[in-house]
Amino acid sequence: MARYAGDSTARLGFALMRYSIFNLVRQALSGHRAWGPAWRDAAPKSAYDVVIIGGGGHGLATAHYLAKIHGISNVAVLEKGWIGSGNAGRNTTIIRSNYLLAGNNPFYEWSMKLWEGLEQDLNYNAMVSQRGVLNLYHSDAQRDTYARRGNAMRMHGVDAELLDAEAVRRMLPFLDFNGARFPIHGGLLQRRGGTARHDAVVWGYARAASDRGVDIIQNCEVTGFIREAGTIVGVETTRGSIRAGKIGMAVAGSTSRVAELAGLKLPIESHVLQAFVSEAIKPFIPGVVTFGAGHFYISQSDKGGLVFGGDLDGYNSYAQRGNLPTVEDVCEGAMALMPAIGRVRVLRSWGGVMDMSMDGSPIIDRTVIAGLYLNAGWCYGGFKATPASGWCFAHLLARDEPHAVARAYRLDRFATGHLLDERGVGAQPNLH
Amino acid sequence: MNASGPQESAQPNRLAGAGLIDRIRPLSFQFDGKRYTGFDGDTLASALLAAGVRLVGRSFKYHRPRGILTAGSEEPNALVELRSGSRREANTRATVVELFEGLEARSQNRWPSLALDVGAVNSLFAPIFVAGFYYKTFMWPAVLWEKLYEPVIRRAAGLGRASTEADPDTYEKAYAFCDVLIIGAGPAGLAAALSTARSGARVILCDEDFLLGGRLNGERYEIDGVSGPAWTRQVEAELRASPETRILRRTTVFGVYDGGMSGTHTFAALQRVSDHLAIPPAHQPRQRLWRIIAQRTVLAAGALERPIVFGGNDRPGVMMASAVRTYVNRFGVIPGRHAALFTTSDDGWKTAFDLAAAGVRLAAIIDARSVVAPVLTEEAKRLDTRVFCGAQVVDAHGSRALERITVREDAGRLSQLQIDTLAVSGGWNPNVALCTHLGGRPRWSDAIAAFVPGDVPRGMAVVGAAAGSFSLKDALREGAAAGAAAAEATGFKSVKHREPRVTDELTAVVPLWCVSESKTKAFVDFQHDVTREDVALAAREGFSSVELLKRYTTLGMATDQGKTSSLNGHAIMAALTERAIPELGTTTSRPPYTPVALAAFAGVHRGKHFKPTRLTSGHAWAEGRGATFMESGEWLRAQWFAAPGETDWLTIITREVRAVRSGVGVCDVSTLGKIDIQGEDAAAFLDRVYINLFSTLPIGKVRYGLMLREDGLVLDDGTSARLAPQQYLMSTTTANAAKVMRHLEHARQVLWPELDVQIVSVTEQWAQYAIAGPNARRLLERLLGDAIDVSNAAFPYLACAEFSWRGVTARLFRISFSGELAYELAVPARYGDAAIRAIMSAGEDFGITPYGIEALGAMRIEKGHVTGNELNGTTTAADLGLGRMMSKKKDFIGRVLARRAGLADANRAALVGIKPTDKSARLYAGAHFLTLGAEVSLQNDQGYVTSVAFSPMLGHWIGLGLLVRGQERLGERIRAHSPIRGGDVDVEVVASVFFDPEGARLQS
Repeated sequence: MARYAGDSTARLGFALMRYSIFNLVRQALSGHRAWGPAWRDAAPKSAYDVVIIGGGGHGLATAHYLAKIHGISNVAVLEKGWIGSGNAGRNTTIIRSNYLLAGNNPFYEWSMKLWEGLEQDLNYNAMVSQRGVLNLYHSDAQRDTYARRGNAMRMHGVDAELLDAEAVRRMLPFLDFNGARFPIHGGLLQRRGGTARHDAVVWGYARAASDRGVDIIQNCEVTGFIREAGTIVGVETTRGSIRAGKIGMAVAGSTSRVAELAGLKLPIESHVLQAFVSEAIKPFIPGVVTFGAGHFYISQSDKGGLVFGGDLDGYNSYAQRGNLPTVEDVCEGAMALMPAIGRVRVLRSWGGVMDMSMDGSPIIDRTVIAGLYLNAGWCYGGFKATPASGWCFAHLLARDEPHAVARAYRLDRFATGHLLDERGVGAQPNLH
Repeated sequence: MNASGPQESAQPNRLAGAGLIDRIRPLSFQFDGKRYTGFDGDTLASALLAAGVRLVGRSFKYHRPRGILTAGSEEPNALVELRSGSRREANTRATVVELFEGLEARSQNRWPSLALDVGAVNSLFAPIFVAGFYYKTFMWPAVLWEKLYEPVIRRAAGLGRASTEADPDTYEKAYAFCDVLIIGAGPAGLAAALSTARSGARVILCDEDFLLGGRLNGERYEIDGVSGPAWTRQVEAELRASPETRILRRTTVFGVYDGGMSGTHTFAALQRVSDHLAIPPAHQPRQRLWRIIAQRTVLAAGALERPIVFGGNDRPGVMMASAVRTYVNRFGVIPGRHAALFTTSDDGWKTAFDLAAAGVRLAAIIDARSVVAPVLTEEAKRLDTRVFCGAQVVDAHGSRALERITVREDAGRLSQLQIDTLAVSGGWNPNVALCTHLGGRPRWSDAIAAFVPGDVPRGMAVVGAAAGSFSLKDALREGAAAGAAAAEATGFKSVKHREPRVTDELTAVVPLWCVSESKTKAFVDFQHDVTREDVALAAREGFSSVELLKRYTTLGMATDQGKTSSLNGHAIMAALTERAIPELGTTTSRPPYTPVALAAFAGVHRGKHFKPTRLTSGHAWAEGRGATFMESGEWLRAQWFAAPGETDWLTIITREVRAVRSGVGVCDVSTLGKIDIQGEDAAAFLDRVYINLFSTLPIGKVRYGLMLREDGLVLDDGTSARLAPQQYLMSTTTANAAKVMRHLEHARQVLWPELDVQIVSVTEQWAQYAIAGPNARRLLERLLGDAIDVSNAAFPYLACAEFSWRGVTARLFRISFSGELAYELAVPARYGDAAIRAIMSAGEDFGITPYGIEALGAMRIEKGHVTGNELNGTTTAADLGLGRMMSKKKDFIGRVLARRAGLADANRAALVGIKPTDKSARLYAGAHFLTLGAEVSLQNDQGYVTSVAFSPMLGHWIGLGLLVRGQERLGERIRAHSPIRGGDVDVEVVASVFFDPEGARLQS
């Protein structure tokens, strides 16, 4: 596909105004009339070199890196609704690279490195904020498990610290240190972890990709695949047929449905995960905190809302809504950990559909069908992976070989037994 | 309430005589430290208005002065911090706070004071601070984001302050079941409740307000010749007398969830039991979370009046027209002296007439419509009020409150009016939230220029204003009909009753979303300071889908969730992008309808009650022996038993281990999972779940077993005893007891339903004690006497028996975790306390020593026994050195997938022992193995340390670990790398059994 490298004719449409304080002030004087669309709302062409199904963070990041790194800009991103309407807009915005396994850690650390340079790369402030991620432990066994993880992180050059209870108390004095059912013994801290503004990540990638000539096509649902001699050569959509040299799927919660259109059965189950946001309050929680004696994690957005979540609802579903018992379970975790937020009110809760793989780790690989590539199985850890997922999927699509840090994310590992199970839960997604 | 002027200097805006307040019960309260008086029946908002307070809060971004916009739970502006200390509640809507004696409230998001807020300087930067401005800047230099920009943004954002102390109040949860749930006790809901209750059906009637009546309390309606509130009281009396009717006031039904009965749903409701009191009465919760399961639902949630977007529409003094009526009629408060009305609906005119009736002459009625029903204009003429039809309020002016408006008259002439209150009516939006929580989409109605319920949850009828029927007559008729239909549908006979007499009303509306000529900031979302220009910018930048508009501008994301703002924003977007409003659709409405305190969802499950605390029946005995306990899942287990004067844990454990290994010790092992497995196919069942054979196990014998998950990795280990031909007793690890039970249930019910096998967890039914050490047999001989022969010949290693001991069924197993001659004695749990005391007394002469799980852990590491640290869900049987246990004669769960290349790989890490080269060095679990001299990197990772202990028998630290090709590397020196804790230690790889490798002691 080298012939498309540097194809400047792909940069059609309008001249994009750079985002900067200078332009912002200049525009303020003229009522902000000159800002154009952040991305072109493109109509589908009849053919592309690469078609990406799914206009979420991963799909848009893939398109961005295809154009930027590999010079492939004759690319369409097809989104059935509005961009970012799936899990990119339904997560708790946490970014971290505190992974244990050698198959995972370098990938997530690469993602963290990309996060750290994202704003300058995209010229878009996605509010990447490294305020720290603290995983609390409540027993000696849990401490040892975290020590093992922290050591693995340090061996790959990732920052990690093991805190004792006193250090945690200094950091978060409002946690329950007195009457807790499961006393806090300490925590594993990654200071470089934190949060990013999830919607802005989507828009930033869309804007940057569009600027390089990528067509972002909203309200365009894939309804089937076009096959010729066993190879997939295009897609049928609600906006007509589109042919493509290669087709990449990055549709998260819709993975099993879209794969079914291609006749693929994948080792993925779809589960509901809820997330919650509270009313905005003045700064209370500095970074991200996870409870080790229940399933609960929390941070505070720049706007002031507490953003938190917990366990899966525990049944297969495509409905983007959750149920009350899980809401109660999550809030019980919240109150057990930080009873000072008892009077803070839950403003909104929503459900997303998670593409749970059978070992809890993702898949970035070719499929058995020529022409069709898969990016899936993110479980509920997809957001933090967005940049590296895009980077590695773009690499795979451009070069037909896996990127070094994503080599373990093979689709056939479930058959070969080369599993990547961080938690040792096994093929039971409802127990993740 | 004619012409009674304001009275009482403390409450200058209080009308004499009027309203549903109790004037003989004055209540004093504080706002921003200043003392005021109101009456029982007031809200904080009505009491503040009565006192002449207009400035109540500051907005989120620009810190604009804000007053009271509404009289209900949709309030976006009048948010306060209520109460203080550990009970401080941020962002509380003054419009729903019931006044109580001593109430304390403070304004929020301002500094140093509400009147003089430095943050208001943000308004000067408003041209820069447009929607999404932060996405376009603060990128350079990158390091300043966390150090400067973000902290400033975070401090400026947020509204009120949360308490930093634990919430001292309690919360309850309850379930309720009924035939018909009626949501909303306005006219439609009351009519529905009456007809349902008269049928004898079980009815639950909920309303978020503390008074039933809804709009009947805020309007001057007459029903059957009596006032709205009087009619409400009659209905309430009848409902209260109806035995099957339950009325829940102060209760918001905030969500609809899947799961109910016979295809219906679960409704979640929050009852504010004590929020109207200073503190909850003794033994009463603050709030109660209801899960209501109803066969039929009548949604009578009313409608929300919508503002009009025009310049300065956020100034304190600009108020919803219906809210003005509520303050006048229900609370006897006039919001101001010089008022005008800006309306685009007939309904708004009522405000003019009600104010006139209260003695306030309106400066003007400005109706955006050119043609208005003559009956309205004639009435206005009679009241001597100027009427401008086809006119618009272009801008509202004032500094901290409304002072003046600019009106564009029909002919285009601009005029100014000096007023302090502007009532605004832009029409009404039916309150359809609960119709949409399960994914139903509302439908656009041109007739009322608003969305009405589309697909509704099964079994739900929507009536009255919630359905878009805005007249009182329609509300009463629809409510009665839906109530009767719901009663019939649930098997009751509805009783026909006369329709009440009410007057006709005019309800016409022509929408005016936005006044285009406004010169000043025109707010769409008040709390989040989203202006008309922000919506326009979003349109220009391509954020034109309603969901993108919401996310980009934060329109509808404030604490009111867009109740007063979303539709206006969407309508403006529709106009800008030349689409019809229904084409844009709606954003998805998410529960809760109004925000709910986190603690209410948690209920009693906090602090020590977060999860049950499981105690063994020997717990009291262990406490008496001075045990230190630790959590083991939900169990509390004795960690060690300190002797008098002992403080160092290592000294204690060393003593305990040596005592066991040289004499005899006892340990409570009741927490291990016990599963009773019976049936004709019990043996076959165990053969399928364990990797080794159990059908060949003789009766009266115990065997160690290992089970795999379906993916071929180890699930758990333990022993199973064959008590009878068709009865086995399985033991599991403490941690995996529930997991194994679930696994077996799945296997029994789903995989092999044809097997005749029954399983039941008996973990809690039996107390079990390990008695270990060279003197264990002698102790048991003394303890059990003739009950059972425990000689080595009669009761060898791995024997088991059930027998009668002192009239109680007891079980004895000769198994050992410590590696010593050991037995486990089980008795029914109710005899557990007696049993341990009997064991101790029988062991006195042998110097019996109770030991905890730390000593147990040290001994099992000395023996190389695996436990949870090694059975961590990622190890195979072969990894643990147990590969040869996998039977080749039968099939079992996990057999096929365990053969996968990745699981059978010789390069996998295998269980080994380690000991430090320098015997004084301490080992740490979680350290990673590196070949000596190898560079530190994940690629060079050779495995990790799973368990460590100080071995009292060897006198140095020992450990177990999983090492790549470990079994081939015995004798090799490697490095245990632990940068995060303890640093690096050189260790020697050894066999995993450190003590008595031949196992001579346990056979003895």
